[in-house]
Amino acid sequence: MYPSDYRYTKEHEWIKATGETGTIGITDYAQHELGDVVFVEMPVVGTKITAGQVFGTVESVKAVSEIFAPVSGEVTEANAALSATPETVNNDPHGTGWLIKVKLTNPAEVSGLMDAAAYQAFVSEKETSA
Amino acid sequence: MVNFGGWDMPVEYSGIVAEHLATRTAAGLFDVSHMGEIEVRGGRALDLVQHVTCNDAAKLAVGQAHYSGLMNERGTFVDDLLVHKISDTHYFLCVNASNQDQDFEHIRVHNRPGAQIENAGERYSQLAIQGPKALGILQRFTTAPLDSIRYYHFAFGAVDRVDCLIARTGYTGEDGFEIYFAPEHSEKLWSALLDAGSEQGMLPCGLGARNTLRLEASMCLYGHEIDDTTTPWEAGLGWICKPAKGEFLGRDVLVRQKEAGINRALVGFEMQDRLIARDACSVSIGGRPVGRVTSGSPAPFLKKNIGMAYVPAASKAPGTEISIGIRANEAPARIVPMPFYKRAK
Repeated sequence: MYPSDYRYTKEHEWIKATGETGTIGITDYAQHELGDVVFVEMPVVGTKITAGQVFGTVESVKAVSEIFAPVSGEVTEANAALSATPETVNNDPHGTGWLIKVKLTNPAEVSGLMDAAAYQAFVSEKETSA
Repeated sequence: MVNFGGWDMPVEYSGIVAEHLATRTAAGLFDVSHMGEIEVRGGRALDLVQHVTCNDAAKLAVGQAHYSGLMNERGTFVDDLLVHKISDTHYFLCVNASNQDQDFEHIRVHNRPGAQIENAGERYSQLAIQGPKALGILQRFTTAPLDSIRYYHFAFGAVDRVDCLIARTGYTGEDGFEIYFAPEHSEKLWSALLDAGSEQGMLPCGLGARNTLRLEASMCLYGHEIDDTTTPWEAGLGWICKPAKGEFLGRDVLVRQKEAGINRALVGFEMQDRLIARDACSVSIGGRPVGRVTSGSPAPFLKKNIGMAYVPAASKAPGTEISIGIRANEAPARIVPMPFYKRAK
């Protein structure tokens, strides 16, 4: 379910980091909780994002959810395809439904996030208690 | 599941958009057993219904229902409700779940006519089957001639051998039925209707689709468009407010407000960009804050972002440009006529 080469946050974002670059999205758990995604608001290229700070919003029919930066960095690309097909976030949250790509300020931040096993355990606990 | 008026209810089954579209194009099945029922009986039943509600129940024929408001002395809403006339001495009221107990208490306190009243919510479950295929699906389970039940009328009949009050009413903007029956039959009826309907594209629908469907159809939701601070005139519900019928709670206030004119009015609006208005967002005109969004959402069938809000009555005309405070933005929107959605007859 959760790719083993990604890292995860408690706010249900993922990051796939390769060297100094990272791709960020929301997890399958997050898209399922939100339901039908209809709009994604993302920062423009060049925006500096800060670990733990809000960098965008995902809106579904029923709710609006803020997206928190898993790491600090500078936005190098936003997923333009989501403008026409925001439902890609539901259909392929860990793949083509990615949100932004960033140049990492400090690649070491990534290792402080949860790995796939830890995240799976984290959401399993939430599902049991819900 | 979410807690809604003390009931655990699903927001969605397969997804709000899919459920919404199924109801518009085929059918949707809603478990609305949380809705409250209050029965009024006896020779003074009509007098009591007339005293506490604003629509003219004397105009109802046996087997007819209408939408109305349960009013207080201030001319504002204790609740909104459906009034069904079962006989000259028996009225069946369907009220909101979260208001049921306070509604009953309100009616009890104002029962000067001395009618018999029963807080009957626990004796009824309710299923709503809505959409263009609702009649065909429901007809397979009953010998009651559904086609002959006119809109906002009802009949008694067996559905899958369960005694039901079968009303051609709904909260979706579609044709359809709301059926009331003893709770022990809920699971059986739900399963039977769902099995039969799924072949025709019917989906089970949760609270999420119920809300987006009623919003597209511009129907009020208590606690949003109407509450104990709003009058029928303000809410665009003049068609259910009949001072000419004679005395009722709040009548004097409402007559005076009608003469003086309202200060604020409920309007519908469409967003002009992609931002989505949500409940309680601020509304401004010309940079000046004037009100709040009462309901706002994407409209899955219309594929627009819509909402309802109170604005100064002088600014209620369709075409008026307003802005909605959404996060850091003042997002442009335009007042449009309601209903947003009206089904083809």
